[in-house]
Amino acid sequence: MSELFVNAMGDTGNPPEPVTSESSKPRSNPDRNYPDRPDTVYLYGTCLVDLLQPQAGLDALKLLEREGINVVFAEQQTCCGQPAYTSGYDDEAREVALMQMQAMPEDWPVIVLSGSCGGMMHHHYPKMFTGLPEQQQAQAFAERVFEFTEFLVHVLGYQPEDQGEPETVAVHTSCAARREMNVHHTGWALVDALRNVKRVVHDHEFECCGFGGSFCVRYPDISGAMVNDKVTAITDTRADRLISADYGCLMNINGALEFQQHKIRGEHLASYLWERTTGEKHV
Amino acid sequence: MSERIPLHNLSFKERVDRDLNDPALRHNFREAMDFLMDKRKGRFTDDHQLQLLRDRGSSIRKRALSKLPDLLEQLESKLRENGIRVHWAETPEEANSIVLDIARHHGAKTMIKGKSMVSEETELNEFLEHNGVEAIEADMGEFILQLAEDKPSHIVMPAIHKTKEDIARLFEQNLDDCEYTEDVDTLIQSARKELRRRFHAADIGLTGVNFMVAETGSLVLVENEGNGRMATTVPKVHIAMTGIEKVIERLDDLPPLLTLLTNSATGQPVTTYVNMISSPRKQDEDGPEEVHLVLLDNGRTIPYADEEMRQTLQCIRCAACMNHCPVYTRLGGHAYGTTYPGPIGSILSPHLLGLEETKDLPSASSLCGACGEVCPVRIPIPDLLRRLRHEGVRKLKKDEAPVIRGHGAKYTHTEKAAWLSWSKLYSSPAMYRTFALSATLLRGLTPSKMKGWTDYRTSPKPAKKSLHSLVKQYRKQQDQYSEKQAGDKG
Ligand code: SF4
Repeated sequence: MSELFVNAMGDTGNPPEPVTSESSKPRSNPDRNYPDRPDTVYLYGTCLVDLLQPQAGLDALKLLEREGINVVFAEQQTCCGQPAYTSGYDDEAREVALMQMQAMPEDWPVIVLSGSCGGMMHHHYPKMFTGLPEQQQAQAFAERVFEFTEFLVHVLGYQPEDQGEPETVAVHTSCAARREMNVHHTGWALVDALRNVKRVVHDHEFECCGFGGSFCVRYPDISGAMVNDKVTAITDTRADRLISADYGCLMNINGALEFQQHKIRGEHLASYLWERTTGEKHV
Repeated sequence: MSERIPLHNLSFKERVDRDLNDPALRHNFREAMDFLMDKRKGRFTDDHQLQLLRDRGSSIRKRALSKLPDLLEQLESKLRENGIRVHWAETPEEANSIVLDIARHHGAKTMIKGKSMVSEETELNEFLEHNGVEAIEADMGEFILQLAEDKPSHIVMPAIHKTKEDIARLFEQNLDDCEYTEDVDTLIQSARKELRRRFHAADIGLTGVNFMVAETGSLVLVENEGNGRMATTVPKVHIAMTGIEKVIERLDDLPPLLTLLTNSATGQPVTTYVNMISSPRKQDEDGPEEVHLVLLDNGRTIPYADEEMRQTLQCIRCAACMNHCPVYTRLGGHAYGTTYPGPIGSILSPHLLGLEETKDLPSASSLCGACGEVCPVRIPIPDLLRRLRHEGVRKLKKDEAPVIRGHGAKYTHTEKAAWLSWSKLYSSPAMYRTFALSATLLRGLTPSKMKGWTDYRTSPKPAKKSLHSLVKQYRKQQDQYSEKQAGDKG
């Protein structure tokens, strides 16, 4: 019988440490090598933020600049290519992916305002170009892609100075942020660092909100069942605010919140951090 | 819930519609899946250990698959040495007739069955019945389903969609001296009494197999109810039936896989029974006089040929992927319409049945990754779902070898054209900016009804200005500000 076998059964002398999956203490991310604090970064807004919630992008930009980082917003950026990729249209996705890499050619970190697009660029770009001339380019590019919250926490060591009134906040983490990028802890850590904010956990918090890109239009009823459950879980907490670092999920959840005539609307974490640290509230 | 329309008469979307709108079913599955998730979580309290164990499980299965042809040869000769007869079946029909031949050879009238998903895959019971052999399910879940003329909805807990009340009614109607009761222990006792009687009358026992050890020529079978132990020891003949991918190289490979299997499946450190069958009865021993193994291919060699798809065959059938799947939790197993439901079903069934019949399954997922996160042998299920979507919408190139039956089954000119123009738009920044400008300027024209989306949500409205414009505007303000400051100073 192997040692692992015995250990996994919890029968060894040392009791195993409990998994503190709900803890906000940012764990170092074993999958990544974080760079030293850079002078300049690219900010990748994502297509959804660009068209639907641009203020989040501007707030992220201001926040990074306030931390003394030069932020370059590449004019040529469009979309990471994920919609085509997850639908199985690889050639079409590659075409778009290539454009993003060309738009951000300098060796600066690329800060992505979404775990989902971050996962696409960090994990899937290298796979998409395997065996093609652009393979190395994609690999090098993927290495400098960071999700917004992990960059703030792991690279900048950012500590927000909370200026706001006491309130409770429910946090929704996208599946890609949690399972591909492993950055749910950094999102939580930033919220928990706000002195007057209490983070409340909602039922089945780890579960998908039902967005899934084209899934929500291909299978509207399954997706609808999922987002309805998510909305119930969130509103049941009676939290004052709903925050997420992914606008894709928020578009889905907010649409359902409004449809069901709830008052609360989800906001992007970048805007929330800006608001809490400056007292400026967007209406 | 008991009056269900036969599966084959409905399309996938119709089945989804039927089962999503069954509140009792939704409630039962949510509760059952929550229970199983909690059980598993309670066992894997040390995440680091879990990840090491998953690495181990994955590498054992990968190694076994990398040597599959050799291991199958070794297994066959070891089993023969041990006195177990080995039969190869390429199709379900072949597998079924092998079983029937053995039954006929022994003049068997009844066959008692332990749980076997592969026999579900080949629809063995129906076939045997048709040919005058009665098959009796002895696994409690399968027994319930047989009485109800129903199909499994879960690969580990086949009757999980049945409520206590359903079962009480079923037993009352079908079992001798069983009155209606909702007391679970009494129900189980009644069924066990009935089954025990049938065990002694059965001519042949048939079971599935969890692992086959090539090194020793052993068949490993885990279970909790003892029906596997009975089926492999009481009747004169034992037939084991399984897929070719279940082989592992060494006996040493077994403990970590068993740990992963039982903890992932039901949160048990070990099952009540772990059966290791290495030969028919020896002199002065109990047990069957003959042991047969039927090895089924049924399309498994197709994904085997492709390195990425091959990972599908690593599966140890623990069902953790379905227990954690938000789609399965809301649909239950029957909506999938295949023997194997849930995430594993959506990546395996297309190989067994071809994409024509299963093309909707890979896209019925939000790719949330919960399945891949818990899979004890690290099958990258979301990646495989995506790959199958890709194979479903592409045509094979000239002289390209197919990696699945039914390439391009989901291809339509309209969708292809839509993605082509999407790609043109998003890979041309100038075109994209024009598009963004008109989308934001004409935001009032955003349709308020969008098919599917607006049944549950309001439609999203573009902002007044895109981020591209906001940043430009902000930079301009910054420049003006610093010019002004410079001016003030000078
Ligand atoms: S795919 Fe993985 S999680 Fe799903 S049944 Fe197989 S081994 Fe278990």
